[in-house]
Amino acid sequence: MKGNVIKYARDNIDTDVIIPGQYLKVHDYAELATHAMEGLDPDFHSKVKEGDFILSGRNFGCGSSREHAPIALSHSGIKAVLALSFARIFYRNAVDGAFLLPIEIDQDAYSDISEGDQIDIDIKANQINNLTKNKSYKMKPFSEIIGKIIEAGGLFKYKPD
Amino acid sequence: MNITEKILARASGRQKVSPDDVIFANVDKVMVHDVSGPGVIKVFDKLKKQGINVDKLWDPTKVWVAEDHFVPSADKVSAENIVKLSNFTKQYGIEKHFKYGMGQYGICHTLSHEEALVLPGEVYVGGDSHTNTTGALGSFACGLGHTDVAYVLLNGKIWFKVPQTLYFKLNGKLPEHVMAKDFILKIIGDITTEGGAYKTMQFGGSGITEMSVESRLTMCNMTTEAGAKNGIVEPDQKVVDYLTSRGATNISLVHGDDDAQYEKIYEYEGSEMEPLVAKPFSPENISIVREAPSVELDKSYIGSCTGAKYEDLVAAAKILKGRKVKIRTEILPASISIYKRAMENGLLTIFLDAGATVGPPTCGACCGAHMGVLAKDEICISTTNRNFPGRMGHVESQTYLSSPLVAAASAVTGKITDPRDLK
Repeated sequence: MKGNVIKYARDNIDTDVIIPGQYLKVHDYAELATHAMEGLDPDFHSKVKEGDFILSGRNFGCGSSREHAPIALSHSGIKAVLALSFARIFYRNAVDGAFLLPIEIDQDAYSDISEGDQIDIDIKANQINNLTKNKSYKMKPFSEIIGKIIEAGGLFKYKPD
Repeated sequence: MNITEKILARASGRQKVSPDDVIFANVDKVMVHDVSGPGVIKVFDKLKKQGINVDKLWDPTKVWVAEDHFVPSADKVSAENIVKLSNFTKQYGIEKHFKYGMGQYGICHTLSHEEALVLPGEVYVGGDSHTNTTGALGSFACGLGHTDVAYVLLNGKIWFKVPQTLYFKLNGKLPEHVMAKDFILKIIGDITTEGGAYKTMQFGGSGITEMSVESRLTMCNMTTEAGAKNGIVEPDQKVVDYLTSRGATNISLVHGDDDAQYEKIYEYEGSEMEPLVAKPFSPENISIVREAPSVELDKSYIGSCTGAKYEDLVAAAKILKGRKVKIRTEILPASISIYKRAMENGLLTIFLDAGATVGPPTCGACCGAHMGVLAKDEICISTTNRNFPGRMGHVESQTYLSSPLVAAASAVTGKITDPRDLK
C-alpha cells in the first residue's frame, strides 16, 4: 500500500479537531470529508489526495466515540493513520468499520518520516518502507483479533472462531 | 478477579478471564442517541446493500434511545435526525425512547441513572464515549462507535479485550469545598489523557464509600478523558437505594474477589485535595484554582452529563444564593427529572435571581453544537468534560473545566475563583 504522508508532528489529535462537534448531525460521508481536520488544518481538504496517509504522535483520535472521525478521514482519501499510539474508540471504529488502517509506529519512524515522503506499508512484513528516503522501519504487528477483522474487511464480515 | 473481570467473565460464559483475553461479551443494555442513532441507521443501510438482514433487532426491550445532542432541534438537519430516530424506534419496536418535549428526557448518561436503565453487574454499551459514566452503578459501561453499536443491536454481543485495571484509592472524605470533579481532574492531571487508555479505572477507598452515587458518576464519567475503556466503583447499599427509589427491582450486586488483581494502585488523601481547573486545551492541563491564570471570563456554563446532576445544581445554588453573576451564566439541568426537582426545591429561583439563564437539558453547548457556543477569543469556565480546541465553539475560544462550585464562584467574580475566597 503506497501513498504520500501528511504529517502532524504533535500528540493528542482529538476527535474535536478531526471533525468538529457542529458536524455530528451530518451523516453524509462525502460532506463529512469536506470538514475533515478542520479544527487543526483548514487546508487539509484541499491538499489531501486519494491514498494519502496521516502521520502523527501519541494518542491519536482521543476524545469522543464519533465514528464521523475515521469516516471523514477515510472519505477524504486517507488509507491509513500512522501514529505512536491511538485512543481506543478511534482505533476500534477504524478497524471494525473498515474505514482505514491504524498503524502503530515507533519513535524512529515518527521522527524520520517527513511531510510529503512516499511510503509503502507492507502489512505482511510489519514494515514501512520510506521510498523517498530509501529507509525502512518496523510497525507494531496487529493483535490477533484486529488482524483477523482487518483481513475480513470489518467486524460484520468477521466470523469468530 | 476484580469486578470488571467478573462481569466480563459472566457475560462471556467463562469461569475466568484475565487481562488481554479477547472475548465476545453478551450485552445487557444498549443506548443510542440523536447522533449515534442516525449513524447506526446509516450502517444498517450499508449492511442492507451487502445483503445482511437488518429486519429485526436482537432484543428491542434491551435498547433505549435518547434525544440529547441537537435538541431542541438546532436546525433542519438536526430536526430530520429526530424524525429518523422516531421512525427507527417505531420500525424496530423500541419502547424506551425518551423524546424531547414529551415528559422525561435528557442527556443519555443522566437518564441511565435517573431512570435506573442500567443495573449493577450488567454489560452496558452506548453510542457515546461518556457511556463510562454508568460504571458508577457497579456495571461494565463502555462507549462504542456506530458500527459496533449496530453489531450489538443485531447480534446482542460484542468483542472486548479484557482490560488491565488501575485502582484509585481515596482515603478519607473530600473537604466541603472540593467535589468529585476536582478529584477526577487531579487524577487525569497525574496520569495524563492517555494514562488510562484501553484500561479500567476503578475507584475505591473510604472517600469513595463516603461519596454520593452522583459524585461517583462524575468520577466514572471523566475516565473517558483519560482514555479508559470503563470506569467502575464497587456497588454498595447507596447504589441499591438510589436505583430502588427510581423503580429498579431484582438488583444483584457483583463484587471483586478478595484476591483481585490490579495493574497499579494509586492512593490519595481526601484532606489534601484542592479545587482545580483544567486549563485550555486539555483535561490533563491542571492548575490549583488559587494558582490559575487571572483571565477575564466571558461565560460560566453549568451543564452536561458531567456537571448538571441534581447535586451539581445544589452546589451551584449554594454559591449563587443571594449573589449576582458578573458574566453570562447558563445553567442547564441534565434531565427533566432534575429540572423539576430543582424547580420544586427553589434552585431555579436562586439561579434566576442571580441573573443566570436556565435552559432545557441538552448536550448542545458542551460539544460546540448549538445553544450557547463560544465566539472567537471568548473564555468560558465550564462544568463539562472536555476543553480541546474548538470543543465549545470557535477554535480560538478557550474553556477551563471545573467543579460546579468553582464555576458558580467564578460566575460571581468574572475570574477563576476558589469558592472559599468569595466574600
